[in-house]
Amino acid sequence: MAQRRIARLRRERGSLYRGHEGQWSWIAHRVTGAAIILFLFAHVVDTALVGWGPSAYNRVVAVYHNPFIRLLELGLVAAVIYHALNGVRIMVIDFWPKASDFNRQLIYGTVGLFVAGMIPITYLIVKPIVVKYF
Amino acid sequence: MALDTGRPARPVHRDSLGTGLPYRAGRQPPRKGGEFWWWIFMRVSGILLLVLAVGHVLIMHVFGGGVDRVNFGFVAVRWQNPFWQTWDWLMLSLALLHGINGLRTITLDYVRRPGLRTTVNGAWMITGLVLFALGTIVVFTFNACRWPDISQALRIALHC
Repeated sequence: MAQRRIARLRRERGSLYRGHEGQWSWIAHRVTGAAIILFLFAHVVDTALVGWGPSAYNRVVAVYHNPFIRLLELGLVAAVIYHALNGVRIMVIDFWPKASDFNRQLIYGTVGLFVAGMIPITYLIVKPIVVKYF
Repeated sequence: MALDTGRPARPVHRDSLGTGLPYRAGRQPPRKGGEFWWWIFMRVSGILLLVLAVGHVLIMHVFGGGVDRVNFGFVAVRWQNPFWQTWDWLMLSLALLHGINGLRTITLDYVRRPGLRTTVNGAWMITGLVLFALGTIVVFTFNACRWPDISQALRIALHC
């Protein structure tokens, strides 16, 4: 049954890519990857400031303690977690090509794991901000 | 790092929708040459970064109080331990290579003019080299004890 459905889907649109979940996961992988590396450029420089002493480093790290920046931090953590989970999905398909037929299910699985992971992470990051400022 | 992969500047776009071609999700991996080794590297470094970068994010940003506790003293104590120095340096190296190779892939997709491609990818490469040098020097030469304005408690903690 599943075999016939897969055969039909493959006939209709190849083994699915454009305009489906696969494309959205590809876009998300790209956007999160680019965001992470561009942040890393800044992060290497701000961390390197420890070499310029406590006053220089503590001044720059105070930026990360700002509540608005903490929300961006949550976005960064989400980007890293999504990119990591989706990267695992890509590797599953790379090394076990048959998984390609279940790409859609794997993507929903990835998103499910991502959401499940982000619930406690969001709580842990947002709680100290709320406690401190409200 | 090869700046030009021989991919055509204006790639022929084949529609995978409704053609009946046996397309599978994702791209075919490159078979040989530099691109093949980058393909392998992205996967190997990806697995390592799964531990190093995700671990880093969870340790520094999620558990144990998050970024509020991070300051000069925190880093000074942490980098006294060769384990964390090695972790951070390995993560720096792999993340820069993995990330900049990703930016190179994106550049090859969207920047079509050959001269501009070389310039943009060259800029990523130089940025990566400078940050790698900066990070490496700081991780391995950092010595908190040489700063006179650190607290007495930190001085004792670091055995200055």
